[in-house]
Amino acid sequence: MSKYYLNYLDELESEAIYILREVWAQFENPVILFSGGKDSILVTHLAKKAFYPSKIPFPLMHVDTGHNFPETIQFRDDLIEKFDAQLIVGSVQESIDKGRVAEEKGKNATRNSLQITTLLDAIESNKVDCAIGGGRRDEEKARAKERFFSHRDDFGQWDPKNQRPELWNILNGKHFEGEHFRAFPISNWTEMDVWNYIKRESIQIPSLYFAHDRKVVWRNDSWIPVSEYLKLEEGEEIVTKKIRFRTLGDITITGGMESDADTLEKIALEVSAMKKTERGNRTDDKRSETSMEDRKRQGYF
Amino acid sequence: MEISENQLLRFTTAGSVDDGKSTLIGRLLFDSKAIFEDQLEAVETTSKRKGHEGVDLALFTDGLKDEREQGITIDVAYRYFTTPKRKFIIADTPGHIQYTRNMVTGASTANAALILIDARHGVIEQTKRHAFIASLLQIPHIVVCINKMDLVDFSEEIYNDIISQFEEFSSKLYVKDIRFLPISALLGDNVVNRSENMDWYQGAPLLHTLENIHISSDINKIDARFPVQTVLRPQSDGFIDYRGYAGRVASGIFRPNDEVAVMPSGFTSKIKSIDTFDGEIDEAFAPMSVSITLEDDIDVSRGDMIVKVNNKPEAEQEFSAMICWLNNEASKPRAKYTIMHTSNEQTAMIKDVLYKIDINTYNRNEEDKGLNMNDIARVTIRTTRRLMIDEYRDNRNTGSFVLVDDVTNETVAAGMIL
Repeated sequence: MSKYYLNYLDELESEAIYILREVWAQFENPVILFSGGKDSILVTHLAKKAFYPSKIPFPLMHVDTGHNFPETIQFRDDLIEKFDAQLIVGSVQESIDKGRVAEEKGKNATRNSLQITTLLDAIESNKVDCAIGGGRRDEEKARAKERFFSHRDDFGQWDPKNQRPELWNILNGKHFEGEHFRAFPISNWTEMDVWNYIKRESIQIPSLYFAHDRKVVWRNDSWIPVSEYLKLEEGEEIVTKKIRFRTLGDITITGGMESDADTLEKIALEVSAMKKTERGNRTDDKRSETSMEDRKRQGYF
Repeated sequence: MEISENQLLRFTTAGSVDDGKSTLIGRLLFDSKAIFEDQLEAVETTSKRKGHEGVDLALFTDGLKDEREQGITIDVAYRYFTTPKRKFIIADTPGHIQYTRNMVTGASTANAALILIDARHGVIEQTKRHAFIASLLQIPHIVVCINKMDLVDFSEEIYNDIISQFEEFSSKLYVKDIRFLPISALLGDNVVNRSENMDWYQGAPLLHTLENIHISSDINKIDARFPVQTVLRPQSDGFIDYRGYAGRVASGIFRPNDEVAVMPSGFTSKIKSIDTFDGEIDEAFAPMSVSITLEDDIDVSRGDMIVKVNNKPEAEQEFSAMICWLNNEASKPRAKYTIMHTSNEQTAMIKDVLYKIDINTYNRNEEDKGLNMNDIARVTIRTTRRLMIDEYRDNRNTGSFVLVDDVTNETVAAGMIL
């Protein structure tokens, strides 16, 4: 008897494709939020599969903080060319220049929370009614509460107490003008699933995920990469280490880890033995116990 | 078996506020090493601050600010863990006031439900509610976990007594597969590891049970149903005339050359190919996402359903269903709603409320016709156009629907077709 069941990666893939097609069918003007990290690359790859042989029918939207790893931007532009996709860029620098937001001050200043305004402005000015993101429920406790189709009011806010129940596979994307949705096709994937899938599908990811020599500084329990935005504190010393990044955000807040994993096989092996969560090296999450929930309420993805 | 061949099992947990549901999930995650050091540290710190002795496992699952402050769970949350045998998705549903709505949400996609009973209290009304909802939602497997065995001296007699209490009332329910387990979530007895305190129990611990439940048969493989989500028309080089119907197989099996009908129009054709990004395939079964091309150029769009010529769903404009009301706002008599059924949307009306069910006693109430939050009722639904329906008992995908209030856009009811 042939087997009539899917293995877990195929089932997760099928579910994500289903959700992406629902987005396309139910919304007028969806975009994929693209950060250059592995999760948004994965979502883009799944969108390619969902609409094949058509092109990915929606643009990619990048909220550019201006504090990127140079590798990320290069990767983004190559990917856009490869998929023949359209790119929309929302610029945090522009938001600052226009006086919409003010730069944070102090040693731990980041542009992370400033992204929210730029994101919401870009959503509004491009009349986006659904922003597809690579958020996963295993990432963070507030994310564990997230729906596939996540409703945002006309201020872009998430209200965890007022979420639409999701039953069976029926996704309700009905909304009023001005409101929008966030859609999370890979909600049910874990970090390990993502790596296993990237390996299986040989999906290209930025070199930053692979271990290589980098100039770094030890700060907040992780190796922060040296960049023009990094101001050295007293006692901090620049060293060269074999580093890889488990997760990618702004260059100012993404901590690297010492590693020898320079192939997908080695990364998958390393991740499976990890004792800390993926976001453990993200200083933005360490600010308070509820920082993700607070940011999501404001409109973060 | 290689890890890549592992299946996915979705389960939900049900129990009242103090049955130890969060502790059980915490224990499953903790003992199966799905908890990371930094998560553990955070929970240890909070436990200490709250003055708990040891680690409060329940804190792993309560994620939101209000939940931690009040020590309650507000909404369904999803948790994940993987063993060498399976990947698990837990729909962690809150046990308090809004139980019915939340449990229905968590149960709708579950292969299995864990029902917790406090060994000191035995079967209580809440247990009956949970079992009733699990039966109503047709969760294929039920595992009754008799918890807090440590507080009744690990008594076999008490355990057996609770089993007979449960079996007595559940004989009225329609449940295919039901198992019982004596556990202590707090101490970890029979959760991941076998209990040393209950030699008399010969069965497997909970995790082993979950790893070995046979779930391949949970999906309907008989009635081929393919709701069309969207039409793919690339009009690019090499695909000028391509028309692919994109969707996810809801049930049954499709193969190239199958004689198919497109409902509701009833036009027939043959499957030319079943396509995926990774190439053409020989067969597609639930829950695969594929696109289907047909031999003939017929009109097919979102909301249509591709089925086998000799096995069609019912085409109905009026049907009965059990519904669970999910919204704060009560139903309005003869109000119109949008019904979402597979990929199809129509306008619908609750024509009649036949009876409401008291889920504590299973008694029918034929007098009260208003539907309030958490009510379960048998109703007649009338739609403006025919829907292609199956009975929920036969097909969870084509037998289910939701009602959406056009004024608020909120999902107000979940329905199961009878």
